[in-house]
Amino acid sequence: MALTRTAGAVTPAPAGARERGRRPARRRERTALLPTAILLLGAVYCLLPVVWVLTASTKDNAQLFNTFTFEPNGSLWSNVRSLSAYAGGVYWHWMANTALYAGGGALLSTVVSALTGFALAKYRFRGRSLLFNLLLAGVMVPPVVLALPQYLLMSKVGLVGSYWSVLLLSVLSPYGIYLARIYSMSAVPDEVIQAARVDGCPERKLITRIAVPMMVPGLVTVFLFQFVAVWNNFLLPFIMLSDENKFPLTVGLYTLLNRGSTAPALYSLVVTGSLLSIVPLVILFLVLQRYWRTDLAAGSVK
Amino acid sequence: MTNPSRVRPAWGARTRTAPRLAPYVCVTPAVVLFVLFLLLPIGYALFMSFQKSQVSGLGLGAGARRQVFAGLSNYATELTDAAFTSSLLRVVIYSVILVPVMLGLALLFALLLDARRVRLQRFSRLAIFLPYAVPTVIASLLWGFMYLPTVSPFPPVLARLGLTMPNLFTTHVALLSVANIGVWGGTGFNMIVLYTSLRSVPAELYEAARIDGASQTQIALRIKIPMIAPALVLTGVFSVIATLQVFNEPQTLAPLTNTISPDWMPLMRVYDLAFNDNDVYGAAALSMMIAVVMFILSYSLLRVSNRRVFQGR
Repeated sequence: MALTRTAGAVTPAPAGARERGRRPARRRERTALLPTAILLLGAVYCLLPVVWVLTASTKDNAQLFNTFTFEPNGSLWSNVRSLSAYAGGVYWHWMANTALYAGGGALLSTVVSALTGFALAKYRFRGRSLLFNLLLAGVMVPPVVLALPQYLLMSKVGLVGSYWSVLLLSVLSPYGIYLARIYSMSAVPDEVIQAARVDGCPERKLITRIAVPMMVPGLVTVFLFQFVAVWNNFLLPFIMLSDENKFPLTVGLYTLLNRGSTAPALYSLVVTGSLLSIVPLVILFLVLQRYWRTDLAAGSVK
Repeated sequence: MTNPSRVRPAWGARTRTAPRLAPYVCVTPAVVLFVLFLLLPIGYALFMSFQKSQVSGLGLGAGARRQVFAGLSNYATELTDAAFTSSLLRVVIYSVILVPVMLGLALLFALLLDARRVRLQRFSRLAIFLPYAVPTVIASLLWGFMYLPTVSPFPPVLARLGLTMPNLFTTHVALLSVANIGVWGGTGFNMIVLYTSLRSVPAELYEAARIDGASQTQIALRIKIPMIAPALVLTGVFSVIATLQVFNEPQTLAPLTNTISPDWMPLMRVYDLAFNDNDVYGAAALSMMIAVVMFILSYSLLRVSNRRVFQGR
């Protein structure tokens, strides 16, 4: 127990947003109008497509083409129903697949990143810096360059087109390992490790019972970054999968749009599908706001 | 034992009790994945880039196509291909437009979030970061629809002002239209990174300047920006690397316009070659060239900022 409390003290303070509001100097100063206006303009620009998809998805196909798209109509529910009915409900397959790829991939990725990051930060072993440099170099390999040979190799072992072809390739995250390494450096004090060893704690227990629990806040961040990365991934599933029932949302909606260019009747389905596809991530992002710790990445720059 | 100047005392103390096997067990999964899904594919792509398919006889039957050594011919073919060189030029222009605009906006917003007397900061921070939660394919879909005159909300608004909407998919404008999606999607994330490093600058630094009568703008230009220069360099490096790999945005917009050809950007060309033209050998050679360029670029860019970035913590 005492050990965990030490960790709390070492854990970097959460992003400064909250203490900002409490700063007494901020009482009631005159509002700087122009800077506030510029900032708001940025916010409007960023919200524009989101507001558009909200209103556009309330339109049936005729309204989509004939009415001002920022003016809401009442067809959202019927759009959702025709989207659900499209090709035997394939849209919800895509949604479930995306959750599987992103959730499963990110979970496995977090475990691998935690172990590797911890080892790189806290052990001294032969090949440590070689491994770290190789992993860093791995960040720089463009995914497309890998995607083609990965596809060819996957087809050699007969995995192309399976869930595994996407899932297995979503596990290794050099960036996640890098974050886990930085985080375990600051969150797991050397003294704690030594004290555990002096007390005769076996190494496996030291990692699973002491180190990993101390790293949890950072690991949530690693999980979220990888979750978003897999959720956003298009190229890999686009190349690997051919069965519509295994598509994630990105590939599914892309093919739907592709069909829409010859059958514009599908456009309202694409719009509604786009809206529904961003809802889970936006919720996740708002609920877990405090875990979007970009300062972990920026921490190395301080 | 080891050179004492290179080893922090804590390390020396730990090595005495640290078990030898544990670190290797920990890194095994990552190493296995790294070898299987990174090293092996790269090696395989390298091998394939020196191969070609040769048709013997009439080219009929399973044994008619053989894979033979091709030397550098795949590389030569691709390098002299006009479509590839023009896509290369296009991606460089794209990056030169996108990165400064995106980082400029990210820096401006980060400074505004950090400034005094600016209101609605919390709301704006959330709103500007929101596009990060939208997959690039979906973002491209949304912007793509907003670019299409038939469904776009802009023409009625512009008509009121007596303007007409320009065609956003002409040869030159299309690049800007795609870049806008990149700016939209990337500004928020970079803003947060810059804002976070602004927050870590000690406030005392500003107090002295303020007492001396420096304006907010002066403080921003003379103190804040130099203090977060390392973060700016790092976000710049990663942005350049990411923009040169652009694929999702133009690929998604392609069904909406003929301007965006299947080989519009270098990575689209790789895909097109491998999966539409069935020339995996040429595609492999192209991949290798792109990988080498990327690697040299990122390595040299990172070296510039290396000392500040990877030391310290």
